[in-house]
This record gives sequence, structure tokens and C-alpha cells, in this order.
Amino acid sequence: MAKQWEEMSPEEKQEELFNRWLSPKDPEGKDLKFQSPQAEKAYKDRITRIKDAIQMKKTPDRVPVFILPSFFPFYYGGITPREAMYDYDKLTAACKKFLLDFEPDGHLGTDMPGPGKFFDILDYKLYSWPGHGVPPEQSYQANEGEYMKANEYDALIQDPSNFFSNTYFPRVFGKLESFNMLPALTGILEMYGVAYNFIPFGVPPVQAAYKALMEAGNEVMKWVGAVMAWNMETTALGFANIIGGYTKAPFDVIGDTLRGTRGIMLDMYRQPDKLLEAMEKLTPLMIKMGVGAAQMNGKPLIFMPLHKGADGFLSDAQFKKFYWPTFKKVMLGLIDEGIVPFPAAEGHWTTRLETVQDLPKGKTLWMIDQSDMAKTKKTLGKVACLAGNMPTDLLTVGTAEQIKDYAKKLIDTCAPGGGYIMANGAFFDKVKAENVKAMVDYAKQHGAYK
Amino acid sequence: MAANLVNALADLKEEEALKIVKDRLNANEDPLKILEDARKGMEIVGKRFADSEYFIPDLVYSGEILKEATELVKPKLTQAADTKKLGKIVFGTVAGDIHDIGKDIVVFMLDVNGFEVIDLGVDVPVQKFIDKIKETGAPIVGLSGFLALAFDSMKETIEAIQAAGLRDKVKVMIGGGQISEEIKKYTGADAFGKDAMAGVTLAKQWIGAK
Repeated sequence: MAKQWEEMSPEEKQEELFNRWLSPKDPEGKDLKFQSPQAEKAYKDRITRIKDAIQMKKTPDRVPVFILPSFFPFYYGGITPREAMYDYDKLTAACKKFLLDFEPDGHLGTDMPGPGKFFDILDYKLYSWPGHGVPPEQSYQANEGEYMKANEYDALIQDPSNFFSNTYFPRVFGKLESFNMLPALTGILEMYGVAYNFIPFGVPPVQAAYKALMEAGNEVMKWVGAVMAWNMETTALGFANIIGGYTKAPFDVIGDTLRGTRGIMLDMYRQPDKLLEAMEKLTPLMIKMGVGAAQMNGKPLIFMPLHKGADGFLSDAQFKKFYWPTFKKVMLGLIDEGIVPFPAAEGHWTTRLETVQDLPKGKTLWMIDQSDMAKTKKTLGKVACLAGNMPTDLLTVGTAEQIKDYAKKLIDTCAPGGGYIMANGAFFDKVKAENVKAMVDYAKQHGAYK
Repeated sequence: MAANLVNALADLKEEEALKIVKDRLNANEDPLKILEDARKGMEIVGKRFADSEYFIPDLVYSGEILKEATELVKPKLTQAADTKKLGKIVFGTVAGDIHDIGKDIVVFMLDVNGFEVIDLGVDVPVQKFIDKIKETGAPIVGLSGFLALAFDSMKETIEAIQAAGLRDKVKVMIGGGQISEEIKKYTGADAFGKDAMAGVTLAKQWIGAK
């Protein structure tokens, strides 16, 4: 009899998650029917190629190639970012055309833009999105702010869920402002006194918030239905959506959307112990977030966009004190559950390489943006699969010839011994389609391991 | 001197710096002298940043201490500080892009290196750049952008500067995110800087050449 999940070692768990990814299911839980034997073979070859590159036990048949776009598929497919967020038929059609035309080994799916109407319903304030703060033909951008105040660390540390629902939500969702009236759920204990906790649910502003939530939920169901149907359809065609879910480094959780860049940097000086304590508190929550998503989606890769750990943002000492310890703990916690953490080292991480290479071999996949690739291969690349580094500027204004030259350089530098996946370094919007094609074709034509 | 404002600020000793400011104000010292010391402290901060001894958190914190010190001094200020500036620079994040961290660092470094920076903020419309260049006669323009869409906004801004007949009156530098030599050529800028210090070096060269 097969081992239960709890009895498996981390290696066995990783193998099991790769196996689940290799054998996709339909919504009824039966084996997904591929469109053709060729499609099934293409799918399994792709997953195996990616797995071999990540595990670093043997070289794959050739260098895999990912396309990791931001809004590119929509510009390419002739729709605006606004349409990609509001018209789910147009969204999925554009993404399908993108896959059929470029045929990458790995892609990011359709869910990146998110459902625009859902954000409208809840009056989401954390971002400006196409037609809502930025023009319809541009991608979304974050509105940085202090959504958590400097004196609220204790509230976050004592009860993170309560802080999120009762303090953070009212600030980032206009329609959930009344959530600041909600009771602490841990006060709901026994017959006597229970009822008092439900007073907020009887007042009109909270009731209105719940109505908005239900409406938002209905919209999400429409969107996720389209997203999942598309996933089934394109998987049946042989394409591999690489994302099993996402989580974040605790420093970025606080620095991106809670305290903001300025806030967290002042906290490093004015209340470093509180900041460190809060990050420790968030660590198991970030692990749980990744584990839950990987289990639900039956896939090993959990994406982690990295922001404030990049070169220049922190000194080496600050990085080692504030960023790395909890980031590493999150990755190790995920690895224990068979997950392949997939951090994106946005910007330059050249000065961090010596530090971040302290990881078990064959357990992580790193998207590398502009770091020095030769140095990255010699350090982090010894223990981790690298993907990326095709520069956005070249993809945008360069020629296909320049792309081929750069791709050759990448393969020469990074492919030896395995552990490299050709890909763009940063998420991109408007670039030349022929350049994207040139990158994919080069990996397929010249990436074979003999 | 133990209670040295220049060093306290340069070493990011918030409490100490503010205490010195208060003590000196209480001793009825000329507020302009206090500000001058604060400026010298910030100059050292800038130098340490250029030498990779300080990083962004240290700049942010020094800016915060300076702000607090200035707030303390302001009520006692009877005349504006008259510091000589190397030259004017119109600076902003281009249309469509709301990122400010990179821009703020370059503005900070230009400021502590003696330039008068007219900071137009983020998502700056093309026309606003033109108006400010005309109004101030600044010989240098700095365009910042983090997103790839900024490539086109930069190109459009520089084309508009050209169309307004100002192109040979200003030098244009660009920087941020994915900006490179390729993008410099694409946008028609005079130069790109890969970091804040590169921006300062460029500005000094350009002012010196005039």
C-alpha cells in the first residue's frame, strides 16, 4: 500500500507532488483526457524536463524554456489589460492564442490580472488597475502606503488574523470598512456571553459589508470557473501551468503592503525587535499558505516574488539580520512538505548569492532577473535550478539576432550540468513578439543535452 | 566636540541629533547655523551611500531625522537659507508610472551633492516637464521609470522636449528598473545612469561642461 502523506520523507513528498503534476485530474477527480497521444506526450515530456532541471540529479533532455509574462499575452492577443480583467472570454482566448503561438514548456496561466469587477465590488484601494486609476491599456500598479501603523506591531503579533480582518481589511477594501466593528472570534466561548459577540452582525454597515462579500464571491466564482476551464483545456493540449500557488518572504509581507518601504525601513531603526518578532510570527503562516495551495492544486512549485531583499535595498548586514532568516525558514518549511519554492529574485541579487546558496540541493527554482549569471551559476546555481535573465530591454527594443546571441550566452554559461531553464528575467508587458519567439526557438533548437 | 550635530546626523543617531538641535535653539544659536550643520551631516550620509557603506534604509532614516530637525528649527527661522547651488535639475517619474523609491534616492543624492532639484513627483505628464523646463531654465532633466511602459513615456517626453524647441538647451538622463544603453538609444536620452551616483556624476559633468 502507498505511504500516507504524513509518513513520507520530504524527498518522497516532492516526488509525490511531481507525480500528481504529471497526472492531472479532471474536475470529477478522474485522469484528465488529453486531446491526443501527442499532447499527452508533450505534457509529460515538459513536466519531466522541468523536474529534471529542478532536481539536478540528471540533465534533462534539453534546456526547458518558460515564458513568464505580465500583461504581454493580452497586448499580443489584441485586447487591453482592462478587457483582460473584465471580460473572461477575451482573457482566456488571448492566453490560449499566446500558448499556441509560442509553445513554451512552462507558463503562468491566466489568473495574473484577476477579476476586475471583484475589485470594483469591494472598492480595493491597495492597487490602481486598468480603467480604475490607470489607463485601460496599462497594467496595474500598487499604491504603497502605511496600511499598518508603526504602533500596531503588537496587534499583528498577538493575533494576525484579527489584525488582518479588523484593521487591515477596512483600510484596503472600502466596502469592508465596518469590519473594524467585528468581534474577536476568540471571545466566543460559552452560552453566557456568546450572543453579545453577534451584535455587529445586526448593524447595517456590517450587514452591507457581508452583502458586498457575497457579491464579490459570486464574481470570483465566474472568473475562477473560466480560469479553471482554461487550465483543463490547455493542459489537455499539452501545456504546463507551472504555478502551484504563491507565498512571500515575511520581510516583503510587512514591507510591501503592511508598513510600506519607508515604514519598514524606519522600523529597522526604531523598533527592530518588534519587526523581527512579527516576521517570526508570520513565518508559519506563509509556510501554511504555500502548503495549502500546493496540496489544492496538486503541483510542487510555489512562487515567491522577492522585492526588498535586492542589492541596494539593504546592506549585507541588514539583509542577513532582517530579510534572510525568515525567508529561509519559509523555504525550508515548504521543502519539508515536498514543495519546490520558486523565488523570483527581482532586480539585482548579485551581492546576496553567497548568503542564499545555503539551501539543500535540488529543492528550489530561482527566477533570476539582472544578477550576474556567471556568478549566480557558480554560487546559488550549485544547489538550485536557475531560470531567466533574458533582459526586458532587449526583448522590448532589441532584435531577434540580439536575443539569439544572448540566449547562446545564457546556455553556454548556465546550462552545463543541468539546472537551467531559459526564460525572461522580469515580468514583461509590451515587447516584440518575434523576440519572445526567438528566445523559445533558440532553447528548443540549441538547448539539447547530448 | 561631543555634541556634534554633523556627526550625530551622519551616524543616524536620531535622539542625540534632535537633542543637540533643541539645546542649540535654547541657547539662542542662529538657526541657519544649525541647518548648515544638518546639511553637512546629510552630505556625509550621501558620501557613505555612494561608498556602499549606507543603503536605502539609512537614507530613509537620515531623511526622517532631517525632517524632524527642520521642524524644530523652522519656527525660529527669520530668513531663508541662502545656499549656493550647482545648478537646477527638473526631475520626475514619467507618465503612467507611479514608482517613487528610485526617483527619491536620486533626488536625495543630487540634493546633497549641491544641486537644486525640482521634483515633479510621479506619473508626470509630458507637458508638466516642458512647462517646468521653460519656467526654471534648468539645463538638466532627469526621467525616472520602473515599469517597462516607462520606455515609451520617456521617448514621448523627450520627443516633446524636442518639439518645444528645448532639446538643445537641456541634457536628459534616464534611469530605473530595466533602463539600459539600449533603452537610452530607444528614448533619445543623452545618458542613462545605473544607480543614483551615476546620476550625480552625469549632472556634475554636464554642469561642468557649461
